[in-house]
Amino acid sequence: MLEATGLVRAFGSRRAVDGVDVSVGAGDCLVLFGPNGAGKTTLLRLLAGLLKPTAGATRIDGALLRGDSAARAAVGLISHQTMLYGALTARENLEFTARLYGEADPSSVGERALRTMRVFDRADTPVRVLSRGLQQRVSIARAIVHRPRVLLLDEPYTGLDASGAAALTRMLEELRAGGAALVLVTHNIGEGLAIATHAAVMRRGRFVRHERREALDAERYTSEYHELVGGPA
Amino acid sequence: MKPLVLTTAWLIARKDLAIEFRTRTAFLSALVFALLGLGIFRFAWDPSAVSAIDLAPGVLWVIFTFSGLLGLHRSFGVEHAERAIDGLLVAPVGREAIFLGKALANLCFVAGIQVIAIPAMAVFYDLPLGRPLLVLFAIALLAAVGLVAVGTLFSAMAVNTRLAELLLPMLSLPFFVPVVMAAAQSTTQLLIGRPLAEAWPWLKILIAYDIVFLTACTLAFPYTLEE
Repeated sequence: MLEATGLVRAFGSRRAVDGVDVSVGAGDCLVLFGPNGAGKTTLLRLLAGLLKPTAGATRIDGALLRGDSAARAAVGLISHQTMLYGALTARENLEFTARLYGEADPSSVGERALRTMRVFDRADTPVRVLSRGLQQRVSIARAIVHRPRVLLLDEPYTGLDASGAAALTRMLEELRAGGAALVLVTHNIGEGLAIATHAAVMRRGRFVRHERREALDAERYTSEYHELVGGPA
Repeated sequence: MKPLVLTTAWLIARKDLAIEFRTRTAFLSALVFALLGLGIFRFAWDPSAVSAIDLAPGVLWVIFTFSGLLGLHRSFGVEHAERAIDGLLVAPVGREAIFLGKALANLCFVAGIQVIAIPAMAVFYDLPLGRPLLVLFAIALLAAVGLVAVGTLFSAMAVNTRLAELLLPMLSLPFFVPVVMAAAQSTTQLLIGRPLAEAWPWLKILIAYDIVFLTACTLAFPYTLEE
């Protein structure tokens, strides 16, 4: 479903992503671990089509992501920033996004996404007055409003309370069960391995480990990870 | 142009106008600036030294230019906060639709200032009301299209820089010179009671500027978003 080959992204002489291949099939979840500055966020932005790769390309179901609007329509992105308009309500933000994706009934898909993230009771509140955690819930709802087949998540659990985290985990499991491909960036190894089908460790722009989840023992993986990146994440 | 592009552009423009309607920060700032500018020039004006018709067009277009910049700066500012622009770029919408939507919202913003500032100018400087004022609105709108096309492009370029507030006027003002000159000249012709035909060469410049820069800026805009 999501294929990227030979991805390179250089900023000046520094290669933030240096020849990475990614392949995530339907129903798979690739979890990326790595220290700060390893290139995880840059890789996610390349996979979302937000950054132009210096070399390599990203394809979704064989179609090049950059320049193909049908391929872009399949992607959802949860980033460090909420990507929301503070002056608009949660409902208005979601309806605007749904319309951008050509949803036939923006109102009902927006409501459904807000209910999924358990934030429907604040649907008519301007986003700027919501707490950071609730903003994060609305941001996640925004990313799934068009039912993406590829969901890219950068530290999505940040700022969520137990209820929000549970709603997110359940939503990710449902998406996976529905055949979506997920790429999740996190520093929390336990949280990541709980949902992963594949796990990779990035360092200096490259994958230094990449394996299937069932081959891994969580405790051993954690200690090996710390050895690999030089100290606790 | 596919209808989908225009539909998306309208969607983006409507969203920007809704945000401005809620916050009213940029519009009120620009309006207060425009009215204060007109007032200050009015009280500094010596009618025995220079006639109102000689002074008013220059004052009007200086005020429109700078008050418009306030709105243009904000145009991509709302996208920059919380990186809402990424949400637009990830979505399956053409970059040209984003540009046209932003430009349309900016045009409404500038036109809103003009609707209030032009009658205010007529009152402050005892200028003829009626038909000349209606024609002046048409000239103002024609000039606003060019200003907004160039300003929207430079707003997108400047927003990611640390000196965005300084960079936008520095980039835009040299490009505004032909529009402001043509608009001020045609306004003068109109106010001194010359037939519209005498202002036609200046209006042709405005029309040509609008066509060239609206096209060029729409085509150049996607490159300003490349990271």
